[in-house]
Amino acid sequence: MKKYLLAGLATAALMGASAQAGDLRFDGFPDFDSHLEVLIPQFQESHPDINITYQMNQHADHHRRLTTNLATGSGAGDVVVVDVSFVGSFINAGGFENLSAPEYGADLMQENFVSYAWDQGKGTDGNQYAIPVDIGPGVMYYRRDIAESVGSSIEDVIKSWDSYIEYGRKLKEKDVYLIADAAEVAQLIIYTTVKEGEGFYFDEDGKPLVTSDRFVHAFTVAKQIREEGLDAQVRAWTNEWYDGFKNGTVATQLSGAWLLGHLQNWMAPETAGLWGVSNLPDGIYGSWGGSFLAIPKQAKNKKDAWEFIKYLTSTPEAQLAGLKNIGSFPVLTETYSDASFDEPLEFLAGQKARKLFAEVAQKVPAVAPRQGDLIADDIVLRAALLEVLNDGKDIEAALRDAERLIKRRVK
Amino acid sequence: MTLTTTPNEERGTQMRAPARRRSTLRIWKKRLMPWLFISPFIILFMVFTLFPLLFSIYLSFQEWNPVAGLSSMEYVGLYNYQLALTDPWLWKSLYNTVWLAVVSGIPQHLLAIPVAYMLVSAVRGRLRHLYTATMFIPFITSTVAVALIFFSIYSTNAGILNQWLLALSNLPVLSWFFSWVQDAMPIRWLTSSDLLKPSIAMVVIWKYTGFNIVVYSAGFLTVSRDLYDAAKVDGCSRWQQFWHVALPMIRPFIFFAVTLTIIGNLQLFEEPYVLTQGESGGVAQSGLTASYYLYLVGWQWLEMGAAAAISWILFLFIAIATGVHFYFNGRKGLGEDR
Repeated sequence: MKKYLLAGLATAALMGASAQAGDLRFDGFPDFDSHLEVLIPQFQESHPDINITYQMNQHADHHRRLTTNLATGSGAGDVVVVDVSFVGSFINAGGFENLSAPEYGADLMQENFVSYAWDQGKGTDGNQYAIPVDIGPGVMYYRRDIAESVGSSIEDVIKSWDSYIEYGRKLKEKDVYLIADAAEVAQLIIYTTVKEGEGFYFDEDGKPLVTSDRFVHAFTVAKQIREEGLDAQVRAWTNEWYDGFKNGTVATQLSGAWLLGHLQNWMAPETAGLWGVSNLPDGIYGSWGGSFLAIPKQAKNKKDAWEFIKYLTSTPEAQLAGLKNIGSFPVLTETYSDASFDEPLEFLAGQKARKLFAEVAQKVPAVAPRQGDLIADDIVLRAALLEVLNDGKDIEAALRDAERLIKRRVK
Repeated sequence: MTLTTTPNEERGTQMRAPARRRSTLRIWKKRLMPWLFISPFIILFMVFTLFPLLFSIYLSFQEWNPVAGLSSMEYVGLYNYQLALTDPWLWKSLYNTVWLAVVSGIPQHLLAIPVAYMLVSAVRGRLRHLYTATMFIPFITSTVAVALIFFSIYSTNAGILNQWLLALSNLPVLSWFFSWVQDAMPIRWLTSSDLLKPSIAMVVIWKYTGFNIVVYSAGFLTVSRDLYDAAKVDGCSRWQQFWHVALPMIRPFIFFAVTLTIIGNLQLFEEPYVLTQGESGGVAQSGLTASYYLYLVGWQWLEMGAAAAISWILFLFIAIATGVHFYFNGRKGLGEDR
């Protein structure tokens, strides 16, 4: 009995040892798996000795798992995906490798990347901890047929928030909503009109900015849309949201380039040809979502991990494959001259929308994320904003309360 | 005689030492065996219950961002408790928790007791098992699945609840009774702060009433038929049989079920979490329960120390609530005064 046990232990130990050399694990969330399925064999053509496996969890579970892995110092993959909403909290906490260090030399790659995305992966100490792998340039999706039916040209609609709201009033007469959720307008204004040197929620000294004009303006515009009854009061990612796209009861949606794939694949495939994309209203450039790749300090195979990250993020063929396979928009500016960017997109009535996405991507201003952003997000966008919109709370009071809550939590 | 006995005695003393050793070994074996047999439980208990428990006490005195690793813990004394106790969101969440515990707790029992009584007294045999099992199904269904289904039932425009209300208000007979519906539409069950809590309570009632029916059915079955017969002889009506005979007899069951409801409802998490789509407790945090809040603080805001402190405050709160319940209902409930 004992002998068997020993033999078992020995083989287990051997297997453990042999699992080290040249093995690499990639932790992420779907659709990265469908992307990796195609790319791993291609990568292995030039790196036959690196054996890559991947582990996928749903978006929220993946980040929860990563949190536990970083907390306990074990169990994380060699390459991990971090969503843009988590990147600020994660990279400034010290769990990831400093990729600006000489053995990686990430800073040399900087000029090839879309600049705002690159900066989001930068820690407050100025070092690079995460490399962007896909981005979501922000655009406005609109129903061409609805705009025509009220005789509005989309260029006039997006001139300013006033003209946007004016468009909403015209739509209301036809029982069509301007937008699904007015809260998204506020979020957009908060995220995209950040002054040079400011963070999303905090200034350079870490003081909260939530009572500043940017927030008051954002809340005011959203409240006006809500009070005039121009939005459908439908939250994103619910059945009613999809219904709005299918039935044409909602005329516009502000979102990232990636929404296109969702719209044409499953949300509203039958509306092909009715949609168009334009710049965001009021001359704003912003982004929705985006993912980063990082190497945890606990990773066993950092060298190969870095090779794989470099392959995924900075080779045009891998980046373009992402666009084709899973509709993730490239971060590499040189890919924007690829022929596929001139392709007219059928779903958008032949519009060459990728050109617009690329143009937007290069104009999005860079704002470095900060550690307290996640908390401020919850307090401002999910608490204060909803109290103003749904409960009619006074804007100034709501923002003052939010500031007090943030000050308590974030030091 | 002496000649023959001495060697025996000598042999005896020689023999005694190893025998004693063997017997102490046997005693030790006897003592250790039971421990060995229950060791799987003890080990699991220590690793998965005792250790986390003690660790969370330790954690509640630390400031710790889990993403920064174990080494980043920093002792802050009672700061986490002080922060939690002056936190408006914690008080709001405790209020919500109590509100939901009461509003979703009491109807569960008011429904379950009469239903169980009727099942036991009027429905016989197999049919009763079928009914009980059917009503038990919500309890064993995954809470997340249930909450997701209710999420679409409550949906503002396409939800079946609003559609039904509209249909009812259009019926000729009922229209006067449901005339308010037309003005109130669209009713936003989950996105207005005053309707969110009742909507959550409905789900909780629907899910846990069946469990209580099973408990109370078992209770009513223990009441001897003789008692009913005696009551009938004394001229008790059906209602009096229920009120004066059946109900007092199932007191221990009521006590048990209410205790479980208090503890369970004060830990409410999944229902409000799914129904508010994980968005910090819905509009004005009206669906934010204490468990939900500590999850938010720990996993979303990455402040494990503060979350641990909140969890201990919640524990104390539940302990006190249960203690009060034991004090007032305990002796009677457990049937000790009988």
